[in-house]
This record gives sequence, structure tokens and C-alpha cells, in this order.
Amino acid sequence: MWKTIKRWYHQLGSPRYFYRFCEAVLPWLVPVSLALLAVGLIWGLVYAPVERYQGDSYRIIYIHVPASSGALMGYIAMGVAGLVALVWRMKMAEVMLKALAPFGAALAAVSLLTGALWGKPTWGTYWQWDARMTSMLILLFLYLGIMALQNAIRDPRQAARAAALLAVVGVINVVIVKYSVEWLNTLHQGATLKVVGESSIDASMKWPLLISMAGLWLLYAANVLIRARTEVLSRERRSGWVRRLVRDEEA
Amino acid sequence: MNPVRKQRLFVVLAVLAGLAVAVGLAVYALRQNINLFYTPQQIVNGEAPVGAKMRVGGLVEDGSVQRDPDTLDVVFTVTDGKGSFAIHYQGILPDLFREGQGVVANGTLVSRDRFEADEVLAKHDETYMPPEVQDALEKAGHPGSKPGAKEEDAGYPKGDYD
Amino acid sequence: MFDPYFDSVAAFIAMGEHGFFVWSAYGLSALLIVTNMLVAVRRQGRVRAEIARQARRDGARTSPKAGTSSNSVESNQ
Repeated sequence: MWKTIKRWYHQLGSPRYFYRFCEAVLPWLVPVSLALLAVGLIWGLVYAPVERYQGDSYRIIYIHVPASSGALMGYIAMGVAGLVALVWRMKMAEVMLKALAPFGAALAAVSLLTGALWGKPTWGTYWQWDARMTSMLILLFLYLGIMALQNAIRDPRQAARAAALLAVVGVINVVIVKYSVEWLNTLHQGATLKVVGESSIDASMKWPLLISMAGLWLLYAANVLIRARTEVLSRERRSGWVRRLVRDEEA
Repeated sequence: MNPVRKQRLFVVLAVLAGLAVAVGLAVYALRQNINLFYTPQQIVNGEAPVGAKMRVGGLVEDGSVQRDPDTLDVVFTVTDGKGSFAIHYQGILPDLFREGQGVVANGTLVSRDRFEADEVLAKHDETYMPPEVQDALEKAGHPGSKPGAKEEDAGYPKGDYD
Repeated sequence: MFDPYFDSVAAFIAMGEHGFFVWSAYGLSALLIVTNMLVAVRRQGRVRAEIARQARRDGARTSPKAGTSSNSVESNQ
């Protein structure tokens, strides 16, 4: 097991191998993610029953929860990539750190926007400075800060190190987002989906939610692979394999 | 692992741990400001300053809602099982406002047992179910079917705040 | 379970009076997500074209040597 992980780490750490991995995975990852997203959203919007108190406004859950969880998972992945980049100085970790940020930022923005549009018809307000919402706003700013650092510093390795440090320490905020609704009193309710124990959502509403969640996460993965592949090509543009590749594609 | 990397790993993890402790202490120290509202228990214990603008939150007590038939005036009691007080409000309540569910009100604490709200927001709990399931649960006399029957279901109270 | 919940298209659009909130939530989400995907794909096309141009310019002078690729496992540090 450990050996397999180690081999993967070294293979995917090689830009050329990583490029081939993307070529193999992306052709099915994109259609699978879009299909799951379509099934989950149509099921949730058209076929799922209405919620007893919230009526149809609850249907925003099918984008709000996948986007919020995706933004949080993406940030955790950036924290891991940041740690590997800082300690092992692995180039591919720097590439992943750069590739993970833009879509994660978009999902954090989607989470905030859809949350506001859901809050108005249910709570009666678009926005309150409660701990869950404020920490989610900080998550968006952390994503934007990492992107700004990556673009503001000329030397790509310097830029990657600065961004990596922010990514690692920002993981603390993910913990705050997750537990704010348990440790503090907030307007936002507690978690519905639970990894351990029974989720407090009826099965007729849960399945479309899980499917659209899987779809959006996989779409995030596809976006990251596309961005990372571009970054690899750009960084390795002087190497023989990239030149041969481009020439073969032209021929 | 070679010593240079081991040292770098140690430094990064030490920075992370130090910052986590600092943030944790800051949140703990400032929790009264980070918490969105005062609970009924805090109001009853005199932890909230009388006469000040603030937010309060709690469960709307069953059978406590009194609406004036001529105006939009409404009075209801909020509770967390450890204390309760009356909220006076004039205006339209959100759709999700109902007895047994949570609310957060923004306004002035006039006295220890009277709060005058400018704004009332409805909390909702983390359970989602279709109306038919709710009906079936009610018929079966399931304790979870009634909102607020189990206090923690509606998000109140989630243990001690101090 | 696999009958549509709504009786008519109009009821689906209306979302029980919450149509504005539901559809603007989905509209904004789609806008952000689709734009982000398109930007990623188009940047990739731009970088490839750039490399191809550079390769053609260099190719006119010397052809790239076969052994200079960075395909070894150790090259990731």
C-alpha cells in the first residue's frame, strides 16, 4: 500500500508522466462529471419532493452544498500541496497549488451567492455577520490572496513558496468554517450530511444531492487537471518532450 | 527523510500549530462578539446589558404567539429550556417563523424579560423532509416529527456557551 | 418517485413563489462555473499555440535533440 502511494507520488511528480496521466483521465473525467451533475440537478430540481417548511426554495441546496463542500475540499488539497511544496520543494506540488485556486475561488463565491439567495426566502435576510458566513467569506479571500501572490511575484518558485505558506496556514480557517455552527451560536444551522451517523435529510432528497456533489467535485478535478496540464506545458516549454509533443500534434 | 526536509517539515508544522493555538485563543476570548446572539439563559442571568442594541436567539415557545388582530403587533416567548423572555415585534414575520422553531431577533433589551425587536429572522434546523414524511411521522407519534420536540433538532441549545 | 414533482412547466418556473431566488442562484452558479471552465480550456489552447510558434521558429534553425527531455523520475525536485 505505502509502496504504491510512494510510486504514484514519484510518477505523478514527473511532469511528463503527469501529462500522460491527464491525457488518459480527462477524456472520461469531463463527460462523467457533467453527466453526474446533470442527473443530480435535474433529479433535485424536477423530481425531488418539496420541503415541508421551506417549500421549493430548498432546491438551492443542490448547488449550495456541492459548491461549499467543493471549496472546502479544494482548500484542504491546497494545504496538502502547500506542505509538500514547502518541505519537499516538489515542482508538481507548486503546479497543483496554482491549478487548485481559481475553481476553488469560484466555488466559494457560488457558495456565498447561493447562500444569500437561499437565506432571503427562509431566514428573512441575505446576509448576517455570523461565524459560518464570515469564515466562508474569509475562505474566498484566502483563495483570492493565494491567486494574487502567485501572479504578483515574478520568480515562479518564490511566488509558489509564498502561496504555499498562505495555503498551509489558511487550513485553520477551514476548521473554523466546519465547526463554527457547533462551537458558536450562528444563524446557519448545523451539518445535514454526516460522514458518520445518519444524515438528517430524507432519502428522496439526499440521493440527488450526493450525485450532484460527486459531479461538481469531479468537474473541479477536471478543471484542476486542465489547468495543471497547461502549467506543466508552460513551465516545460524548453524541454524536448514538450517540443516533440507540440510538433507531433501539428503534423 | 533527510535532515533538511525534516527540519523544514518541523518548522512548517510548528508555525501551523502556533497559529492554530493563537486563532483558537482569539476566537475563545472574543466568542461573545463572534456569537451572533445572546441566549435566553444569558439574558435571564443578566449577562446581556439592559437598554443596549443586540441580537437574541431562542426557540419560539409553543402556544406563546399572540397576534393583534388589528395591527401587525406580535408578542411571543423565546426559550432555551434554561430561561425565557418575551419578544415584542411589529412587522411581517418570515415564512419559516413558527412555534417550536428557532428565531434570531435584532433589537433592544428593554428589561430583563422584555425585548423589542426591529427585525425577526427565522432559523431552520438541519433536517429536510417532504410534507408526506412529516405527516407519516406525526401519525406514528414519532418524537422527531414535531419541530422543537427534541431541542437539539432545532439547533438550540447546543450545550453551554460559557 | 419518478414522476416530475411539478404539474406544469409554469409551476416549475415559478418554484412556488421562490422562482426568483432559485433561478438566480442557479444562473449565477452556472455563469461562474462555465466561465471558469472556458478560461481554463482557452488558456491551454493559447499556451500550446505559443509553444508551437516558438518551436517552428527554433525548428527553422536547429531541430530539438532527442535526449533533452525531463522524463526521469528524479527530475521532480
